[in-house]
Amino acid sequence: MAKTIELEIFRYRPEEESEPTLQSYEVPFNEEWVVLDAINYIKDEIDGTISHRWSCRMGVCGSCGMMINRVPRLTCAAFLKEYYPRKIRVEPLDGFPVERDLVTDMDMFVSKLTDVSPWIIRNEGEEKPVEEGTYLQSPGELAEYKQYSMCINCMLCYAACPVFALDTNFLGPAAIALGQRYNMDSRDQGRDQRQEVIASHDGVWHCTFVGECSAVCPKDVDPAGAIQRAKLSSTADYFKDLLMPWGKRK
Amino acid sequence: MSYIRKVPNTWWLQRKPYFLFIVRELTSVAVAGYCGFLLYLMYALSKGPDEYSAAIGLITSPASYTLHMIGLLLVLYHTITWFNVTPKVLVFHLGEEKVPAVIIAGAHYAGWLATSALVAWLLLGTGTSV
Repeated sequence: MAKTIELEIFRYRPEEESEPTLQSYEVPFNEEWVVLDAINYIKDEIDGTISHRWSCRMGVCGSCGMMINRVPRLTCAAFLKEYYPRKIRVEPLDGFPVERDLVTDMDMFVSKLTDVSPWIIRNEGEEKPVEEGTYLQSPGELAEYKQYSMCINCMLCYAACPVFALDTNFLGPAAIALGQRYNMDSRDQGRDQRQEVIASHDGVWHCTFVGECSAVCPKDVDPAGAIQRAKLSSTADYFKDLLMPWGKRK
Repeated sequence: MSYIRKVPNTWWLQRKPYFLFIVRELTSVAVAGYCGFLLYLMYALSKGPDEYSAAIGLITSPASYTLHMIGLLLVLYHTITWFNVTPKVLVFHLGEEKVPAVIIAGAHYAGWLATSALVAWLLLGTGTSV
């Protein structure tokens, strides 16, 4: 008899139920299948009413993140064989409102990303005209921020963060790492502007350094490290302002 | 209408990393408590020999040894977990190469060892007894 594995899927259909439920499905166990394959199998062959997000199937688009047995993971990178013969529970990412089944409302996340002004900011009058070409950067300068630029906005770090789950005002790991990505870019001059958001109470100081955001990150962005480094430089700013109020921040 | 899931008060019991995080946070109570205790000893010292002897008498009781052993374990856990995450905060480059995490954390352990050796030498090496 062909092997099977049980998937327990979080169901929430707002027009039918006021509270979510769990629904079990038996799917063929295939060594090569990832959890996303199993959910797609359910959707195509067993129950077409299931809603979930996915796109690239190769860990690039960041849209198939879900809680798998309570751990936030990309479902396209989580193999069934990692769990077999245990059953697999799939839930929408923690911390976000659920729109339907496995689909979360990510507006909150998108607005946090834009809050940190994630683009290169130049001082007034210091912008290079297009005809003068691009801003040059050495490999060393690129290495400073490259790690933080690898984020795919999958939101796993938010789902892993108990601080965000308890208070969604927290700016959160990916947004702060993205702010750091531009702050550490040699072409950028917008750090002071970003500090208003990043160094605020809902910014880095809300983080208690649980560290799980970095543990679950599929791209090794290390947002926890980015946040701690931002805390350190914000503290240095404070003392510089205190001891040298006439000085100009770098 | 979106559904908002409530976070249970037991969230920190649901996964091992969260539990270890809470333990790490709570060990700071032991660190603060011991700082308070050392301040008390200094206060007793300032009050004169009688008061200080009484305080030393308290330390040498079996209950105090037990508390000190528990306190030592908690403070060790606190120190080790924090030293291990220092490379996340302190990032240095030598040329274009990032200084490896093991060197950053190792420097903290080396500093700890050197400070402990100094304290041990001050207390034991100079023949002064507590």
